[in-house]
Amino acid sequence: MSDQEERISETTRLGLEIVKEAEEDRLMTLSVGPQHPGSGHFRFTVKVDGDYIVDCDPDPGYVHRGEEKMCEYRNFIQNIPHLERPVIHDSSNITYSYSLAVEELVKIDVPRRAQFIRAIASELNRQIYTLYWLAIYGIFLGHSTMFMWPTGDRELIIDLMEALTGARVTHAYNIPGGVRNDIPYGFKDRCLRQVTNFEKRLKEYEDIFYNNPLLRQRTEGVAILTKEDAIKLGVTGSVLRASGIPYDIRKAEPYDIYDEIDFNVQYLKTCDSFARAYVPLLDMRESCHIIRQLLDKMPESGEVRAKLQPNPKGPPGEAYRRVESGRGALGYYIVSDGTPKPYRVKISVGSFRNLLALPHLLVGSKLGDMPSVYWSLNYWPVEADR
Amino acid sequence: MSKSDDRSLGNIKSKPSPTVASNKDLPSISPKQGETGSIASPPKPSSDNTSVQLKSEKADLPQFEKGIIDSLVSKYGDSVKIIYVRPLRIKIEVPSKDIVEIARHIRDESGFDHAESVSATDYPKTGDIEVIYHLGSYTRDDLSSHILSLSTRTDRNNARLPSLIGIFKSVEYHERESFEMVGVYFDNHPRNDRFLLPEDWADIPPLRKEFRIKGR
Amino acid sequence: MIKDLVNPTNFNLMVSKVGDVLVRALDKPLGYAINWGRVWSLWPVHLETACCSVEFGAASGPRYDVERFGIIEAFGSLRQCDLIVVQGTVTRKMAPRLRMVYDQMPEPKYVIAMGACAITGGLYIDSYNVLPGVDGIIPVDVYVPGCPPRPETLIQGTMLLQEKIKRSKIK
Ligand code: SF4
Repeated sequence: MSDQEERISETTRLGLEIVKEAEEDRLMTLSVGPQHPGSGHFRFTVKVDGDYIVDCDPDPGYVHRGEEKMCEYRNFIQNIPHLERPVIHDSSNITYSYSLAVEELVKIDVPRRAQFIRAIASELNRQIYTLYWLAIYGIFLGHSTMFMWPTGDRELIIDLMEALTGARVTHAYNIPGGVRNDIPYGFKDRCLRQVTNFEKRLKEYEDIFYNNPLLRQRTEGVAILTKEDAIKLGVTGSVLRASGIPYDIRKAEPYDIYDEIDFNVQYLKTCDSFARAYVPLLDMRESCHIIRQLLDKMPESGEVRAKLQPNPKGPPGEAYRRVESGRGALGYYIVSDGTPKPYRVKISVGSFRNLLALPHLLVGSKLGDMPSVYWSLNYWPVEADR
Repeated sequence: MSKSDDRSLGNIKSKPSPTVASNKDLPSISPKQGETGSIASPPKPSSDNTSVQLKSEKADLPQFEKGIIDSLVSKYGDSVKIIYVRPLRIKIEVPSKDIVEIARHIRDESGFDHAESVSATDYPKTGDIEVIYHLGSYTRDDLSSHILSLSTRTDRNNARLPSLIGIFKSVEYHERESFEMVGVYFDNHPRNDRFLLPEDWADIPPLRKEFRIKGR
Repeated sequence: MIKDLVNPTNFNLMVSKVGDVLVRALDKPLGYAINWGRVWSLWPVHLETACCSVEFGAASGPRYDVERFGIIEAFGSLRQCDLIVVQGTVTRKMAPRLRMVYDQMPEPKYVIAMGACAITGGLYIDSYNVLPGVDGIIPVDVYVPGCPPRPETLIQGTMLLQEKIKRSKIK
């Protein structure tokens, strides 16, 4: 009797296993990247059941270059060029928080005029970054015009930055103690003209791209990241502000002269893919507004760089400073042991923090939404890998 | 190939007083004037010299920040060691066995709701690894500019710490990164495996101090 | 010998032999025409390895517009590509993938190493995870120096490659 029972249960178990296997057979694993039509250098595997994604596993690290280890072998000033490489199109911002942290460790005050120039450079760079992001978003959604327009307008701002710093993308302009050189003659007028022109273009972007019914259908109501989840996952930047939390480091912890500037934190409450794509545009508009005020309030003359000994060093200690970059909070945690070289540098970047939201959002959404969801996270793989 | 980089920061741990003294008057952080909270009671006097140091400098301490840590100190007493309190930045050190409980208290009572970064630092001189959680707050407006650094230490030959993933979901990838870069094993973390390094990485974790990069 | 070749198991061998004969016969009269076709339709693979890709993107934008020079905007499928622009640092994790991509492309194929990192390792020469140049894993035709190279430099590099193709024997 018991023998029979055992046999039956054995059969049931086998049957159940077969059913389970059949269920698993329906799932297909797709590997996306590192060679794919959008931005490369990132791979993730998704499991799909029919049209729906049931599992997602990001696999970053294709551009991991060991920045944090390299920092320990160079002194505070030598670190700047390689630290801006993770986001070369946002290089003023990524060196901004590094400069702030080093200034705190070495204890130097930045001249007032330099603070304004720094802020102008980083606001212009935010626009350069966001335009590139928008261009790639256009490619992801198959909207070629949205690739061409931002790339073209970006060149105009790059020209401005080139006049200011001397390099197209890798500026190394914000350094501990101020900026590398003063603004060139006639920069103010040129910048104002450019900003006014750019604001007009932003309206056109809105008409052709954001009010496009195709874009709206593909993004509205897709991949909702609720407020609670956003807080729990600790996302930052435009992703956070698209989830209805008005948090911006420039407002929350004003660095340099941002507490004298009047601006609003742009945020949306719809929490979907469209909001995440739209907040960067609002940011750019606000950034134009900020640049105008900065140019207005900037002192006409003065020092642009504090005197620094050639090999700066401070007492042992540590500093954690952050700025709002194009991708959200960008923090540097620097430990110094009293020598000219940092003991440990940790870069806390927005892209790496937003990556956690990718599996969260993709699971349960359709495979066709994958490109728009992925790129709406404002994710730049090179920065996340460091 | 100079050995000069192997210097360690042992003095930070063993003698916290010079750090506090040298860093308390930093010019570049602007404290928010309107934010000073109610006048909090001084921290419980305890035997270690950190608190003694803090007590003597009580007048200089930013009041609001002190209010935040007071509730922690009054609840956990000696196990919470205050490393420094500066405007907008607080650093505390807790023993690794209490970290989960204290983190839960910080999340539920103090209002810090997410982790900005997790950094592990190797100190070969004192033979331990320090792991710091930089915690921030999105929900409370008055805390939005503050960073609470929750740090703990573990032996570097057997680096094992309880994971905070149950408290702060946002530490997931940061802890995974710390595992592969410095080699701290996080108990209860679902995936302590390769993340950024190549799959065939067969060396020691690269951010350990004895790992030398080529040509240096 | 002919019998051996007609045997279906040796079909591939036969095709390649016939191909060789054809190539030798056609090289003189048709070589110029075939190379001309190749020169003006270089299709790059869309494989981005590091930050130089930003300038590659700018090069296909409206101001620099590499399509004027017969390089078509980076394309999705690598089965129809014949050019691979290595855009910057190749890490140890990316290296096998780069080789895999290279192996999957049909002949003839050309390689441009863009940026100091792809040439020697550049700024990251002492990093633990970076290859000192890509020429250890794939054969490079043209080196484009710079960190990052300006789009003009990239355009000049591709023009050099076109020169090289024009002068080469067809395969
Ligand atoms: S050459 Fe310069 S810009 Fe290009 S990948 Fe290397 S570091 Fe980046």
